[in-house]
Formats: sequence, C-alpha cells, structure tokens
Amino acid sequence: MNIFREEHHLFRTALRDFLQREVVPYIDDWESEGQIPRSIWSKFGNMGFLGTTIAPKYGGSGLDFPYQVILTEETSKINSGGFSAAVVGHDALAMVYLNKFGSTRLKEQFLPASCMGQSFGCLAVTEPHAGSDVASIRTSAKKTAQGYVINGSKTFITNGVLSDYLIVAAKTDLDQQSAGISLFLLNRTIPGIQASALNKLGWKASDTAELSFQDVFIPHEHLIGEENMGFYYIMQNFALERLILAIGAIAASQYALEYSLQYMSQRKAFGRSINKFQVLRHRIAQLASQIELQKTYNYTICKAFDDGHNVVQQCAMAKLMSTELSDKVMTECLQFFGGYGYMEDYKIARMFRDSRLGTIGGGTSEIMRELIAKMVIDKVKY
Amino acid sequence: MDAYYFNEEHQLFRQSIRDFLKKEALPNIEQWEKEGRTPRAFWQKFGEMGYLGLNFPEKYGGLDLDFFYSVILIEEISKCFSGGFAILPMVQSYMSTPYILHHGSEALKQKYLPDAIAGKKVASIAISEPGAGSDAMNIQTKAIKSGDHYVVNGSKTFITNAYYGDFLIAVVKTDPEAGANGISLLVIDNKSEGVSMRKLNKLGWHCSDTAEINFDDVKVPAENLIGDEGMGFYYLMGGLQLERLVAAVGAFAGCESALQYSLQYMSERKAFGRSINKFQVLRHRIAQMASEIEANKYFTYHCCKLHQEGAYVVKECSMAKLLGTELANKVATECLQFFGGYGYMEDYKMARFFRDSRIGTIGGGTSEVMREIIAKMVIDGQEYDEA
Repeated sequence: MNIFREEHHLFRTALRDFLQREVVPYIDDWESEGQIPRSIWSKFGNMGFLGTTIAPKYGGSGLDFPYQVILTEETSKINSGGFSAAVVGHDALAMVYLNKFGSTRLKEQFLPASCMGQSFGCLAVTEPHAGSDVASIRTSAKKTAQGYVINGSKTFITNGVLSDYLIVAAKTDLDQQSAGISLFLLNRTIPGIQASALNKLGWKASDTAELSFQDVFIPHEHLIGEENMGFYYIMQNFALERLILAIGAIAASQYALEYSLQYMSQRKAFGRSINKFQVLRHRIAQLASQIELQKTYNYTICKAFDDGHNVVQQCAMAKLMSTELSDKVMTECLQFFGGYGYMEDYKIARMFRDSRLGTIGGGTSEIMRELIAKMVIDKVKY
Repeated sequence: MDAYYFNEEHQLFRQSIRDFLKKEALPNIEQWEKEGRTPRAFWQKFGEMGYLGLNFPEKYGGLDLDFFYSVILIEEISKCFSGGFAILPMVQSYMSTPYILHHGSEALKQKYLPDAIAGKKVASIAISEPGAGSDAMNIQTKAIKSGDHYVVNGSKTFITNAYYGDFLIAVVKTDPEAGANGISLLVIDNKSEGVSMRKLNKLGWHCSDTAEINFDDVKVPAENLIGDEGMGFYYLMGGLQLERLVAAVGAFAGCESALQYSLQYMSERKAFGRSINKFQVLRHRIAQMASEIEANKYFTYHCCKLHQEGAYVVKECSMAKLLGTELANKVATECLQFFGGYGYMEDYKMARFFRDSRIGTIGGGTSEVMREIIAKMVIDGQEYDEA
C-alpha cells in the first residue's frame, strides 16, 4: 500500500535535511540535558512541519494525513525517542485535541502559535492510580459561577514540565465514571500548577512530568468541547494516537536495522565481515520481513484512516504488534554489536532503552489485547 | 480495508465459490481424506465452474479475470480444513500450467491448457529430486536430445498430483555440464513408457496424492520442450514467485478459518462454570493471533497487488511465504490447544489442520531458503530480474 505522492517525498526530504542540520548534531547534548531547547520548536514551526493537517485559518497547512505520518517516521529515525515523543506529544496529541474538539475561540487563541512552534502543549490524562483505566481518574474540576477549579494530580506526562499549555482530563461529575470526564486547557502560568521532572529509563531528551493541581482556576471557556464528553473524545482519538505510535515504532525498527547492517558490513570476526555469518543473516532476514509486513499493514490502516473508516480494532492491532516488534528488533540488533552494543559510543544502546516504552505508553500491550479480544471474541464495536 | 482490493463482483464470486464448496466438497472431504485422493469427477465439476482457469485466456477455456479472483479462490479452498484438497488446484493453475502459458509453444498450449482448465487433465510440477530440492541447479535428471525426441533418465520426488495425474512439467538437464544454463522444462505425459511411480505416505495432506517418480529411458517428443533449451532455471525462478505468493494466501486463509473454528468452539465449551472464551489468558492469545493474521493478510494482499500490476517482487513474495507459513504453524499449535483433548481427536477438524499446516514451511522452498533469499537481497543488495 503506497500512501505517498511526489509532494510527500519532497516534504520528507526537506524534513530530513532539517533534522540532519538542526537536530542530529545536538541530540546527544539534549539527551544529557533531559530536554530539548525552546528554540527548536520555532525553527520547526517556521518550516511548516507542525500542524500539517490543521486548517490554514488556524495556522496549519491543511494537508492530508501522510504528512503527519512522515513527521512521525522521520523524527523516529534520528535516534532519540525522547525528541520524537516531544514533537508527537505536541503535534499529534495536544494540538489534535484542541483542533478536533476545541471551540473556535480556543482554536484561534492557541493553534496559530502552536503551528508556528511559538508555544507547545501536552496531554495530561494518566494519574498515579489510573492509566489506561481512564474512567477511574480522580482529578476533579468543580464548576463555579466564574469558572472551574481543578484539583488533583497527573503523571507520566510528556512535555509536562516545559509546555506552555496543558490539555487536562478531569472529572466534572465525581459520581460518574467515564460519563463524568471533561477536558480543559490550562495555561502554564496559572497559579496552582506544579510540575516535577521524572527520571526515566530512556526517552532522555523528553521532559516527562508529575503534575499537581491545587485550586487551579480556569475560565469556563477553557473547557474543550462539551462537559462530560472527555472520555468519548479520548477514546475517539486513541485510534490516531496508537497508529502514530505504531508508525514510530516501525520507523525506529527500520532505522535500527539499517544501522546494524552498516555496522555488520564493517565489523570483522574470524576473518570475515560478520554479515557473512549465516545465523546472523537469517536473523536479519526474519527481522526485515517482519518490519516490511508491519509497515505495509500500518500504511494500509493509514489509508483507511485518511478515508474516514473506523479503524479502532486495526489501530490497536498495529500498536500492539509494531511496538512488540520494535522491542524484539532492538534486542536482536544490540546483540549484533556485541560488547559495543552495550556502550554509549554506539547508537544502539539508546535505541534499545527508548524502544522499551513502546509496549507501555498509549495503552500497554495487555490493554491492546484486552481491547482486541473484546472486538474479536465478543464482537464489541467501538 | 478489503475494498482496496476487492470490488462487488469479487464478493459475488466469493459467495458463489463458497456455496459450491459447501455443497460439493465439504460433505465429502472426510471420505476423500480416507481414500487418499480427491476424485476426478469433482475436479471436472470444479473445472466446469471455471475455477481452474481464472487467470487464463478465453481461447484456452479460461475466464481471463484479474488476480484477485484467484486470491479469493485460494482463500476459500484453504478454508476447507484440508490442505490436501486445496493443493490440487493450486498446483494445477498456479504452479505448473503457467509455465506452458507463459513460455510454451502454441501447440503445447492447445494440447494441454484446455483440458487442464476443464479439469479433464491434472498437472504436476516436478522439480525436487531425492538429492536436490530448492537447490534446483543441482538436479540430476537428464534429458538428452536424440533426433526428434529427448531421452529422459532420473528421478523426482515429493511431486504433488503426479500419482493420479496426467502430465508433468519436469525440470531436467538438457546440458548436464552447463549448471543453471543447462536446465530445461519438458512436458512429460505420465503414461509415457518408462515412467514409473510410487505413491508416498505422508504426515498430512492425505487426500492429495504425492509421488516418487522414476524415468527410465523415457522418450519425450522434442516439441514438448517449454520455451528454449537452457532457460528452465530462469523460467522457474519467475514461476516460483507466484507459487510462494499462492502459498502465502493459502496460509493466512487457513489461519483465519482455524481461528474462527476455535472461537466457535470456545464460545460453547464450558470449564469452571463459564465459557472458556472468558478466560483472560486465552483471550489474549486470541487477540495476539488475530492481530498477526490480520497484518499478515494485508501484507499478502499488498504483494498480490504488486504481482497483479506486473512487478517482479522476489523479496516481498519470499517474505510473505516465510511469515505466512510460519504463522500457520503457530496458529495450528495454539488453536489445537484451545480444544484440549478434543483437539487431539479426529472428531474435530483441528488435528487435520495441525498436520496439514506443517508442510507450509517446507514446500515451495523452506523457511530457511526464504531467509537465504531475503538475506541476499537485504544484506548484499542483490536484485533479481525476471526471465
């Protein structure tokens, strides 16, 4: 399934050149610093890489979905899961919610700057006691005559420390489960928001926060969409989120395989390049086949998604298999490097630890299987 | 997403073949498995329906349809829980007679294709020998030209359809010194003098006949040469892509049917007071397999589309065959487990599915041979051109 046209390829080339010039030379520093600099966002925005699918009247480019696919793929091929996560967290999560469900006023206020990279956002749903079990979140939003007062906490929030605004899920009706959840936009500058950076196994260049909200007051118009519809919005967007994660996982896998092939053609053992050893060749063949298959499947879903079909089941399958495959690819590719694979001098160590989040974030593999089982066995439709 | 590959006419065709199989094949398969063959009368009916000539020109009795009709045919025959049943038309229409269609003389086409398409004659492709399987370059069967005919000596083995069949597309060495360039394809009638066969006893595929063949000074008319002398190896390399693609389609379709069959059983079977499809550990296994089958299917459809568009896709076909047949083994093993003791009994279809799947990673080039091919292309940058 080929989803790309000539203009898509041009976009890819431009993005690739940009990343090589503006990101790759600095990525090791950013990984050490645990964050990416503000300046990169506006450079990114100026190039038109953000908000590709958002309407021009809100500052976007009004393009089709494959552009977002390319953004995900290319940012996943520069060996920094953290960098990619920061971009995707803003472009495919925060901005998408705002664009899809926000009022015209909110969109006018926040999207143009988001597309230009002058400000960036995060999506805050997960809490210490509620991950994929979104209905059980406890953060509350109490309605008053003047606005909403938000109290509670969030965790594992990508871009959660540095972002300029936060899209937050909170309960407007504490007696309800899923039917009591709403989404809000919080400006970082409002009093009562506290963020602390979490220390992670990988994704080092991305800031990931634990957040607490103490009597955070926001005006009524910062409600996104309708009250108590938040759960539904989140569910609706999960398909896209999972598809993006699947695409990123496969792009990273492809990158790891290419990087390994390069190494294996140069590295010698017992008098010949290690890419001549049959046992390693067959492992490569197996991995290359699985990556090719998964990529083709993901593209087929992208096409169906772009054509407006319901792809909830397919996206869960894609996310499950792509992220599981990525872990397998990184584990096996690291092995090809022997001792060097364990050293930070080579890129594969970072790829290995960055991949490990794939089967957890955006719904664990176990959650994906639960969901798929409901659809395949019980014929539940979403 | 099926709509990217199938239109409404395709779907009607699918329904018609499903109906046909339900009426003419499914009630009899058990019997045919016991008898070790599928009767010729059935294949004639199959041929009369046009199912053996979907991609062949009308002038030979074919229907000249697009490749996705064949995809449907292969899917549906592969969902009958009998690999032995499914393999006959797969060999007939996709693995043997295409060599005559693509490279044979008009006389050969006239002589063999109409009868094959009508189901009156059954064809085999005879490549493997006791000492050479995927290593086709090293076959030993010789065809030495003598006047207006070839004299063939040697042996073949694992030849599907041959024991009860009518003619072979035999891979022979017309120039034993020339390596790959000495290989040619010959059409040999099974009844020719000097051809003797032994029916092989197999782990599975019971209603398919598989033969070991001996050629003892078999005289074959020179006009039975397909295409040019010395080109056989290249014709084969081209034809094998279709063979592998067809195997991949059959593999995922078989997986789908096994999963459906298991889901049905699991919804009815109770343990510890509830249907076994409520147990989380089994549900997750189902979810995993359903995902793998789904992705495999759409990858294979993608390869089929490339094939239909005329692309020569060695890498993709090899990948599809490798991953599809490996998946079928996994699905067969795991689905049988869902049935507990019943999975081991012949009263349920899982036992047969399990043993029939097992040939997938061997026939048409083993998984190891697929990985060799893929490795050459991915690591060494090797490319293959069509003959």
